[in-house]
Amino acid sequence: MEFTLITGRTINQGRGKEHGKFSEEYLANVAICEMNPEDMRRLNIGDGTNIRVTTEVGSVIVKARKSRRIKTPGVIFMPYGPWANVVLKPESEGTGMPLLKGLKANVEPTEDEVSNLKDLLIEAYGRSKMMKSEG
Amino acid sequence: MDVISSVVCPVCGCCCDDLEVLVDNNRIVDVRNACALGAAKFLNYSGHRNTKPLIRKNGNLVEASLEEAIERSAEILAKSSYPLLYGWSSTSCEAIRVGLELAEEVGGVIDNTSTICHGPSIIAIQEVGLPACTLGQIRHRADLIVYWGSNPWSAHPRHIERYTALAEGRFQKAIWKRYLSRLVFESAIKRRYRVASLVFKGGSISPPAAEAFSQLLPPSGERKLVVVDVQRTRTADLADLFVRVEPGGDYDVLQALRALIRDEELDVDEVAGVPIETLEELADLMVNARFGMLFFGLGLTMSVGRSRNVEAAIKLTRDLNRYTKFLIMPMRGHFNVTGADTVFTWQTGYPYAVDFSHGYPRYNPGETSAIDVLTKDDVDAALVVASDPASNFPRKCVENLVKKPLVVIDSHMSATALVADVVIPSAFVGIEAEGTTYRMDHVPLPLKKIVEPPEGCLPDEEILRMMLERVRDIKGRESS
Repeated sequence: MEFTLITGRTINQGRGKEHGKFSEEYLANVAICEMNPEDMRRLNIGDGTNIRVTTEVGSVIVKARKSRRIKTPGVIFMPYGPWANVVLKPESEGTGMPLLKGLKANVEPTEDEVSNLKDLLIEAYGRSKMMKSEG
Repeated sequence: MDVISSVVCPVCGCCCDDLEVLVDNNRIVDVRNACALGAAKFLNYSGHRNTKPLIRKNGNLVEASLEEAIERSAEILAKSSYPLLYGWSSTSCEAIRVGLELAEEVGGVIDNTSTICHGPSIIAIQEVGLPACTLGQIRHRADLIVYWGSNPWSAHPRHIERYTALAEGRFQKAIWKRYLSRLVFESAIKRRYRVASLVFKGGSISPPAAEAFSQLLPPSGERKLVVVDVQRTRTADLADLFVRVEPGGDYDVLQALRALIRDEELDVDEVAGVPIETLEELADLMVNARFGMLFFGLGLTMSVGRSRNVEAAIKLTRDLNRYTKFLIMPMRGHFNVTGADTVFTWQTGYPYAVDFSHGYPRYNPGETSAIDVLTKDDVDAALVVASDPASNFPRKCVENLVKKPLVVIDSHMSATALVADVVIPSAFVGIEAEGTTYRMDHVPLPLKKIVEPPEGCLPDEEILRMMLERVRDIKGRESS
């Protein structure tokens, strides 16, 4: 099923950011995807299930969150942050601004785990210097 | 314990200036009047920071002296032919001024976070202008407040309380009493429905949707709050009228409203998911307001249409001024993103995406903007100041940013700092260093120094000045 992916700020994303980008708080509030309860039922996804969000750019694993605020079936919401950006397109169509709200995406439940920020950076950008940076 | 009052909050574009910070022995123990975001910053800022300069050696980030880190950064910038200098919205205007000097010196492209926030709004404002005012005017006089594609409850938590619907103005009252009575009424109705569904149909009667209650509009003359968005946000819960638009449908709805305001008939039942009756009701509210205010957020700038959406919103405001007073303002995100645009403009003539590679400032969003120079892999080095593009830019941009020599000046360890070649820790502006910031309505406010920074953490302005001097030395040595 094809979804329209909207990204945006949430108050918990803003608070999590101030606790540090590598904090548990940030991970718990940003590596998520809010969905309409009907869509979740249709795809057999429970609240807190790991899901894979895939766009034409790539895919990322996040936790599904039930949201009664998303009334329109077919719309999913991810907070701004590194997890959402892994699947977003950079083309700005001459405006300098990529399409951060309204990209088409697919959603499926998965057994794979959600990566923390450090692992996500390594998976997505796979640079040797990043892997050694803990020292 | 000292209480420092009238502290300006260094988080969002509201720049609330009534915070009280309690300091004991150079440590912040509490903060009063702050929202969840402000309190989180003041109480946690010291928990995730790096206080030592770091340089990457043999693949690892290792501690270095400040002089060494500045020297390495200056070398990277002086030797590159087209560096990107990005960030700036979370530092002081004084630091931004030095950053612009540095960009000119190294012939790079300098861009601030407007580029991935309200950049399209600036393009639209340059096309059609912006009838705006200060937030104080709105607090005291606005009787119709519209938030379009904006969720201040989450992104600017005190905006509604300080400047709009929940603010007690001189000529307009807060709507909180009406909001509370609506809540009581709504919960009573829902309770009745629950009982009815248990008694009669075994649970098949569902209560009316929350929207049904917000359509009960207050009498004219009273302050009203309207929210237009693609989902029912918490801000929408407060609204007297909530209008749900299909994703990507804002342009259509704005143009339909312009037509309705000109008394044209629309031969359709709905526009982008909004019934025509609702649009007519909204158009009536707008025309009959005595002082209307439209705040728009990233719902317009980041969706299909981008700058054209904002242009349509500004034109709607312009049309409304034939009948009444109506103003419009972007909801700016970072506390000094407005200041970054302002300093960029007074120094170069352009508000963001400024390219110095020709020796003079050039501006062409879509070509000289950070996202585009990174997508096209044009830059050969980068300096990031008080920002985290590795978290906030689309994948392709980060891939190209990470490949090149990267210098980061930041007060905490971010994803970008983790992949940098040089990391220089700085003092938190507004907590450990003073400076000037611009509120979203272009009012400049002084940021205070509340506590001393850790030893060796200098303000961004000083670090940049040292870097600029070293770059000049290296360039001077090369040319002689």
